[in-house]
Amino acid sequence: MKKFFSILLTIFVPLSFTNASKAAGHMEAEVIHWWTSGGEQAAISEFAKAWEEMGNTWIDTAITGGDNARGTTVNRIIGGNPPTAAQFNVSKQFVDLVEQGLLQSLEEVASAEGWRDFIYPPELIETCEFEGEFYCVPVNIHSWQWMWINNDVYKQVGLPVPQTFEEFLAGAPKIQEAGIIPLALGGQGWQESGMFDVVASSIMGFPLMQSIYRDKDLDAFRDGRFESVLNTYRELNQFTDEGSPGRLWNDTTAMVIEGKAAMQVMGDWARGEFAVAGQEAMVDYSCVIPGKEKYVALGGDVFVFPKNDDPKVKDAQLAMASMMVNPTVQAKFNNAKGSLPMRLDVDTSAADACMQMGLDLIQNPDAIMRESDDWNTPAFTAAWGDIISEFRNDPNYTVAQVMDDLEGVLTSGL
Amino acid sequence: MPFYRNIAAKIALLPMIVISLTVFVGCIIYSFVYSLTNSKLVPVMNYVGFDQYERLFKQRKWDVAVENIFIYGFVFTIGCLIIGFLLAVLIDQKIRGESLFRTIFLYPYAMSFVVTGLVWKWVLNPTFGIENSMHMWGMTWFELDWLVNRDLAIYAVCIAAVWQGAGFVMVLMLAGLRGIDEDIWKSLSIEGVAKWKSYIFVILPMLRPMVVTAIVLIAAGVVKVYDLILALTSGGPGYATTTPAMYVMENFFSRANLGQAFAASIIMFISVVCILAPWAFYEFYLRNKYANN
Repeated sequence: MKKFFSILLTIFVPLSFTNASKAAGHMEAEVIHWWTSGGEQAAISEFAKAWEEMGNTWIDTAITGGDNARGTTVNRIIGGNPPTAAQFNVSKQFVDLVEQGLLQSLEEVASAEGWRDFIYPPELIETCEFEGEFYCVPVNIHSWQWMWINNDVYKQVGLPVPQTFEEFLAGAPKIQEAGIIPLALGGQGWQESGMFDVVASSIMGFPLMQSIYRDKDLDAFRDGRFESVLNTYRELNQFTDEGSPGRLWNDTTAMVIEGKAAMQVMGDWARGEFAVAGQEAMVDYSCVIPGKEKYVALGGDVFVFPKNDDPKVKDAQLAMASMMVNPTVQAKFNNAKGSLPMRLDVDTSAADACMQMGLDLIQNPDAIMRESDDWNTPAFTAAWGDIISEFRNDPNYTVAQVMDDLEGVLTSGL
Repeated sequence: MPFYRNIAAKIALLPMIVISLTVFVGCIIYSFVYSLTNSKLVPVMNYVGFDQYERLFKQRKWDVAVENIFIYGFVFTIGCLIIGFLLAVLIDQKIRGESLFRTIFLYPYAMSFVVTGLVWKWVLNPTFGIENSMHMWGMTWFELDWLVNRDLAIYAVCIAAVWQGAGFVMVLMLAGLRGIDEDIWKSLSIEGVAKWKSYIFVILPMLRPMVVTAIVLIAAGVVKVYDLILALTSGGPGYATTTPAMYVMENFFSRANLGQAFAASIIMFISVVCILAPWAFYEFYLRNKYANN
């Protein structure tokens, strides 16, 4: 019954908002985001369309690259010319803004619409809630936990599609002999450390990862399992090609699509590349969540609304926040983006086999995995990533040294 | 010198002086003050002493960055001077189609560092650059993996930079060479001095002002090198080609670590001052002193 009411509320409150705002005259909103690739553009324009259908104006400020976009947002907030809304990741990236009192609290809409009842998984609420008030709107969930595999390559060498990194490593030499690159990896810091966390979670499991990344538990860090993750990661890296350093993630995905490489570890945004190439999930390519314990990582995007002296802007911000969580808008947006919606009551009938796997898995609370940047500052994750990247690229950097350097980051208080 | 001498000129310069003082000096003081805080995404006045500097000097990445800037500075400066001078000398031989060659050699300088970086990224990429072409022509022993080799990647950056900068030095040198009096060449040939000897021992010392200008301009480019490396290697493989300027930018923006960025930029500033101070002392103080005597 409670759920029924919350659904009713979510349908009618936005409508009443729309009417109220229409009475107040049309609203203008400038939105900073970094969704510039084809599929991403399609997704953000679903938001823009819904906003304009409410009789408002959408000013699109797309800035290439998350770092640049976030930098621009912060500069403009500090410079006194904040946008109406701005994109961040599900992470600690915007905590400082909340602490400095620079963001608009969305509590008014959140409690009226009962966000706490329908946002799923509840971990997303944690990301946005500070001292009992909502400061951001989660809009989607993206998971890193995927291996993208070219089925033809495995058919060609007569091996079954691997389900774990161990199976992959066992088959890799045979693939190499066939003249195919076993592991496609783009040698950029974020790709290297992203893949590392997938290897880590699939080998040592999420609970241990949590005690290291969240609790900074040095005993857990030193109990030997983290070293075995490092060893596996180094083994995997023997099977990349020499063109790897600096390669973009989508160029790397293209290698798997074309059959030049067998496998890539990448987030679920890679599915878009396969779709554009006209390939069908589980037929031409397989998506595998590696490991015995399967997880969905809770990455994704949020929008924040910087404070503004103009009361009209606040009205626009609350109306937009409410629009973004609307189930109809959520369905359209996430189908275009290829990500999972942030609530369960959304129509996902258009989902392909891979996306369906994610949707099934996320219903199980034990399968939900947090990422390091949910608990740690960008400075921490970047310092950590530097070491992982150096470990991959410098064969003389021993596991023992890496362990000491990582411990330095864990205890640095960054 | 009395204060009211050239008073009009001094008044005219006043806005510039005010701007320099507030913008440059003001920003330096601001950066220093905030380098003593633990500011993250936004500047906050939360004093932590010299913690940021301590952390900076413990970073393996910062060591690599400093080492790289020295390698880059040395190779780039020397490379540009030698190749630029050689090109100028060759063009000075009253060759046919001189203006064509001049254009070709100067052309890279007209490009942005980002374009240069991308072009060389493709040329040096082992999977579809020169190495790949050579392999396709059957020379499978050929190896050119500088860009992906962590020990050599910084030299690949130097090659791209020299390719871009040498033409500029050539133009400066050529202007100098054209300013050399014909009589000097005549007397050198009467004395029977070999051509290469006259270039190195007679003409080059006469080009001193050109060489100094070139070095100053090149050096200014060395400290701020950022876009070339970003386009060519993005600091990779790993962080093997990172530079202090990149370290600062990274901490400013993607890492939301303002305190660290300020500390690194203050260290950059101090090192530049350390290098420039002796030269400025000589140029503005000692020389005037001797000139007045």
